[in-house]
Amino acid sequence: MNRTARGDGGGGGGEVKLALRGVSMVFQGDAGRVPTLDAIDLEVRRGELVCILGPSGCGKSTLLNIVAGFIAPTSGEVRIDGEPVRGPDPRRIFVFQERGVFPWLTVEGNIGFGLGGLPGAERRARIDRYVELVGLRDFEHTYPHELSGGMKQRLEVARALAVEPDVLYLDEPFGALDSITRLTMRVELLRIWEAERKTILFVTHDIEESVQLADRVVVLSARPARITRIVEIDIPHPRDLSSPRYLELRDGIFEEIGVAHRI
Amino acid sequence: MSPIGSSRRPKVEGRRLPRAAIEGLLLPLLGIGGGLAVWHAAVVWSSTRVFPSPLAVASGIGELARRGVLPGYIASSLLRVAVGYGLAALAGIPLGTVMGRYRSAGTALNPVVQLLRPISPLAWIPIAILTLGVGDGAAIFLIFLGAFFPIVFATMNGVIAVPAMYVQAGENFGLSAGALLWRVILPAALPQVLSGLRIALGIAWIVVVAAEMLAVDSGLGYLIIDARNAGKRYDLVVAGMVLIGTIGLALDRLMRRLERLRSVRWGFHNE
Repeated sequence: MNRTARGDGGGGGGEVKLALRGVSMVFQGDAGRVPTLDAIDLEVRRGELVCILGPSGCGKSTLLNIVAGFIAPTSGEVRIDGEPVRGPDPRRIFVFQERGVFPWLTVEGNIGFGLGGLPGAERRARIDRYVELVGLRDFEHTYPHELSGGMKQRLEVARALAVEPDVLYLDEPFGALDSITRLTMRVELLRIWEAERKTILFVTHDIEESVQLADRVVVLSARPARITRIVEIDIPHPRDLSSPRYLELRDGIFEEIGVAHRI
Repeated sequence: MSPIGSSRRPKVEGRRLPRAAIEGLLLPLLGIGGGLAVWHAAVVWSSTRVFPSPLAVASGIGELARRGVLPGYIASSLLRVAVGYGLAALAGIPLGTVMGRYRSAGTALNPVVQLLRPISPLAWIPIAILTLGVGDGAAIFLIFLGAFFPIVFATMNGVIAVPAMYVQAGENFGLSAGALLWRVILPAALPQVLSGLRIALGIAWIVVVAAEMLAVDSGLGYLIIDARNAGKRYDLVVAGMVLIGTIGLALDRLMRRLERLRSVRWGFHNE
């Protein structure tokens, strides 16, 4: 019914789901060593929505790829539920921009992709539930190239949710969408987040987006990325984008990143 | 076949239906008619005694049909292609997949394949006949060689071009290496593999004719060489050529049909 701030969101307390300890990354490029991440420490609580915010090319996608287990850090470690991350895991799904959906499968085939182990009826029911949740009813037999960008993005989120992971990693998921669709998608994501109670790590370079979505915004510096500040967004959902508190938090981050917000 | 294909397209294009339908049907007919007219005129004006006119060829096809040899010859040619081409696909797709998926395999095998690829299958004729004898074995071997390399290359390039994102997504959902190959990499590479298969089928159809002129006594290639040897029947020679062209075109159309299947169509048009 009504959307309110989560009991354990924003404010402290709550169990630690995901912990980064001194995560550093140095790439070996043609032009020598490229330090990309510099000793990142971060804790994310269960059910929390954390945005990682930084300028383009600062290494925030690299950070998310390390947390997801696609690449190993040069030093430091990532623990989830106390266990070190050693590779990708179906309990934690990475959502790319909408380009990650499989074009050779229908909407139904994509959502059911990770459900191979389930018996037919259960699989069917699961697909049905997530088709409904992301609003793709009547498009079950449609192929991705026949869908709009926003629909493809919702499809990819549904494919991720269908395996019932505890964590979602979203890498600038709405970056390729037009600004109106992007706003709609944020509302959708918050709705799904409140329905499903997943822990979400959301990478973005969009300050407004981070303040609209997150319990906490982790602000990264330019490369090599360090955490310069963590901002608690203590506004309950739905958030009023013209409230003084919203503007105050947003402007604080604008200043932190050091960009003018007057054009 | 083509009227069916072209009558489907206009549904999407809405009001351009009549024009597209007319163009799709009428222009090709116009082209074929023009070609036949030029052919006929050239035969008449040059008063050649060797090259037959379109009408002579048409009656040649009629004669072959009455003799009852055509179905057998066509079936022999198609069967040789089916076996040689089928073996090439069975061997070429796995090899191309391995070369595309594993960098070390690709680096090791690529020079060998690159070196063998530009050699015309016809250059293998002496060796084919020496080792496999005059017969179906040699013919099928030549067809296999002609089809094998394009299939290997298309598959390898298709597998290399699979976006890393699909592979990562597959791994994220916990797929084993085998499942990843079967459920992600091959479907993602399939449009390119199909293009390679289509090109390879065209080559196989070209090679079968040459192979049948040398190694066997049935098939459309044999029909041509036999028509010349037994009484210089050039009307039958050209009739055989026309049949080869028609069947080759039909095979190509069939492959293009496959490319329109919904699960691969995404790979053939730009969004």
